[in-house]
Amino acid sequence: MSQAATSAARRKPNRGYGRWTPALFLAPAVLTLLLIGIYPTIFALVTSFRRYNITRPREGFPFVGFENYVHVLTDSTFWSSLFLTAKFYVAVLPIQVVLGLAIALLLHKPGMGLLKSLARVTLVVPLATTYAVVGLVGRLIFNRDFGVANQALSVFGLGPIDWLSTQDGAFAAIVIMDVWQWTPFCALIFLAGLSMVPGEIEEAARLETSSKLALLRHVQLPYLLPGLTAVMILRSADVLKLFDMVFVMTRGGPGSATDLISIYIQRVGFRIFDLGTASAQAILLLILTIIISRLYIRLLYREVH
Amino acid sequence: MRISSGKLLHALGLTAVVIFTLFPFFWMVSASFKTQADILSSPPVWFFTPTLQNYAEIFADTKVSGAIINSLIVATCSTLLAVILGTPAAFALARYEFRGKSDLWFWFISNRMISPIVLALPVYLLAIQVGLLDTHLVLILIYLTFQLPIVVWIVTDQFKSIPADLEQAARLDGADQFTIFRKIYLPLGAPGIAVSAIFSFIFSWNELLYALVLTRRAVQTAPVVATSFMSGYELPWGKIMATGTVIVLPVTIFALIVSRHMVRGLTMGATK
Repeated sequence: MSQAATSAARRKPNRGYGRWTPALFLAPAVLTLLLIGIYPTIFALVTSFRRYNITRPREGFPFVGFENYVHVLTDSTFWSSLFLTAKFYVAVLPIQVVLGLAIALLLHKPGMGLLKSLARVTLVVPLATTYAVVGLVGRLIFNRDFGVANQALSVFGLGPIDWLSTQDGAFAAIVIMDVWQWTPFCALIFLAGLSMVPGEIEEAARLETSSKLALLRHVQLPYLLPGLTAVMILRSADVLKLFDMVFVMTRGGPGSATDLISIYIQRVGFRIFDLGTASAQAILLLILTIIISRLYIRLLYREVH
Repeated sequence: MRISSGKLLHALGLTAVVIFTLFPFFWMVSASFKTQADILSSPPVWFFTPTLQNYAEIFADTKVSGAIINSLIVATCSTLLAVILGTPAAFALARYEFRGKSDLWFWFISNRMISPIVLALPVYLLAIQVGLLDTHLVLILIYLTFQLPIVVWIVTDQFKSIPADLEQAARLDGADQFTIFRKIYLPLGAPGIAVSAIFSFIFSWNELLYALVLTRRAVQTAPVVATSFMSGYELPWGKIMATGTVIVLPVTIFALIVSRHMVRGLTMGATK
């Protein structure tokens, strides 16, 4: 709304709507989210203070205070799963950022109109592919005997690697599939950043220097930084959420090689049916996520305040 | 004709991008037309006589067709609900100033980040208590937790771009807020609403964790059924890949339609 309109609204008490009109419009969405989002969260919080194993209903579900939290925080499997999730993030992020930036620069470079539009459009395909199906395709590609990954390696005289049955192989395989699916996301964000650079500034800089690196560092980088921040934060939240692709491809195995945090909590809750412990883990994960999303808001939505 | 080496490299790079992004998709589709013998051949074959056998099998399999119908019911109903509930909220966020507005706004985004496992545990227990386990309704409701924020975000953005003068003029004609919403904002915001609906549909169509936990036989969605083929001694690879193709194809087409808005949809509008 324009400045004039706002001050006019302030002078006149009649803004064309009553005090409760916004509430009426908001109520359906807010009440629904309270019912399906907040209420279950509170229920999980309550459950996290109980002993709650539904395979042993005769013991009841007694309140046990912080027992579940103490159990979780002293549980080395929980910590190693969290550590593995961090390791996965550290493995995928640099590859996705560097590859994404390279793709964005290729798409930003003048010329090659038709091929460029084609590449730009195909970037959307990995992002829309059902995560579970990515896992299915991953199992075919990384099969030891008839997988195309080993065929590609054999061209270079390498392999065959037993991807999905070895610890390192399985971890590498889920990293590769994640890089395939999410590099386009980074590329599109960086491309949006690059196209924000004012044309005349970029052209002037191109006349000044022939070095692509200097151009990138001094002219384009400032426009890329907000996108980089968004990528770093969103990817961290996504990795904490990551379930479908890894579950289908490896079920967290072999051993605990790909047992990322969401997979681990799912197993404690729905294989071992220890819902008290799983709820405590989920609440801790939620706290971590809330910190991340506050950070995202703080860094990227400054103008809203 | 002379082609400079820079141009050649550019063309090669772009071709590499296309191959990189399409390869797994291509490999899935090509496997869906292979016989089991062709799929199991080592090293894998690239040229083969295509067969429609896998598609014939999955379309005859009531489990697969039933799952696709379930997915359609759940994704369509939840998307419709998300639009019906979300657009009025977007109108309020775009047009009114009120206390707690930014907190509300941020609450909507935080929902985008929360791991589904956090809600899957309590919703599973609650669904057992009220007898909603293995129903379409429970999935439709739980999918709203990620669809509503998306609809609210994208549509608020669109509503903000509608000039305020139109509203002033309508108000002078005596229109109340509901009429303004219905007669001005809904039609002019239609493109944004459509984009947000497509995103909602894609995300719920693709969802696996909630569907895995909250359904049994009756309401299994397509990703759950595709995953369930992954057990047993000899995997029916052709059938699995054909099912995968059938699942992915519609959402890929939808995604191509909204490709210009992909970044906005995935970052909740943080980068424009």
